[in-house]
Amino acid sequence: MRIVIIGCGRVGSTVARLLSATHDVTIVDRTSDSFRRLGTSFKGKRLVGPATDMDVLRKAGVEGADAFIAVTDGDNRNIMASQMAKRVFNVPTVLTRVYDPVRASVFQKHGIHVLCTTSMAAGFFRDIIEGNACDTFSEQLQAYLDESVQKA
Amino acid sequence: MNIIVVGGGNVGYYLVKDLKAAGHSVILMEKDRQRAARLYEDLGDLVRQGDGCESRTMQDLGIGQCDLVVAATGEDEDNLIVCQMALECFGVKRTIARVNSPANEALFTELGITTTVSSTRIIFNLIEQEIETDHIVPLAALARGNLEVVSVELSDHSKMVGRSIGEITLPADAHIVAILRGDKGMLPSPKAILQAGDVVLTLVKTDRESELHHVFDGH
Repeated sequence: MRIVIIGCGRVGSTVARLLSATHDVTIVDRTSDSFRRLGTSFKGKRLVGPATDMDVLRKAGVEGADAFIAVTDGDNRNIMASQMAKRVFNVPTVLTRVYDPVRASVFQKHGIHVLCTTSMAAGFFRDIIEGNACDTFSEQLQAYLDESVQKA
Repeated sequence: MNIIVVGGGNVGYYLVKDLKAAGHSVILMEKDRQRAARLYEDLGDLVRQGDGCESRTMQDLGIGQCDLVVAATGEDEDNLIVCQMALECFGVKRTIARVNSPANEALFTELGITTTVSSTRIIFNLIEQEIETDHIVPLAALARGNLEVVSVELSDHSKMVGRSIGEITLPADAHIVAILRGDKGMLPSPKAILQAGDVVLTLVKTDRESELHHVFDGH
């Protein structure tokens, strides 16, 4: 599969290394410094540039890519780039990491798989403390949102 | 109108001052604490510190009662999400987004933000108008940027001068829609003879615009 990853932080560099052994991976970051995290085992391509720029995405091979993963440190940047991948370049599978649970639930409806690591971690910790079986991700997101609605 | 402006840079600052002077009820949202504090000293109560994408902050501002949200930050990604959240999450009817990269205007439109302003494009168009050798000036983008209306002012040297519209061969997907002569507008009848100084308005597919140069350029 051809996969484009934006954001070479801890998550981006890790998933890039995991996938590059068996897939054609391109990773994009604003600074070349971040590519140090990839280490020597990464076999894919590296590209420096802003990930919400059409030309940068095109150069990264988003046209015709099978999957797009947005894991920069900015929620808005991830959401915007993902919508470009989905709506402009018609990438079939678009995965996005978003910290804000409300934004995660709004953009989940746009044909993008949004992973909210905030509600996921909070939900897992609560489940472990309370001795319950761990909920699925979507249940955790929903529970988090319900609680914040009750509090508001 | 009740207006919320997100982004307290130079654009947001001067916009809010003008809107207030024009009698609108305005709130200016700035994320950065230091900048918000500085703006507060100048503009007072109408400045709020907070993230324009954060649902709790925006609800506290009463965004539901707001008539218009203007996203005026220097980052296109923030302006896009501010507007999308306002439209989809808070039920705001109208949003205006500042778009820094002109290439993003079509994307914003595709995603439902119908009103965008790109100072980059405005300045670019003004420069294009100033350049003597290139008279083809884009006036409006239509059909999500796939079509555009361009204006060509015929110079004395144009090979079009003295010819009738019927004689002109345009590239495929291009149509002359009107001729402006002085303060008069004319429909492009095939017999009309073009004169120097005429402004020819042409509807063209955006990717074929460059082909018009061969048609309208001088000898």
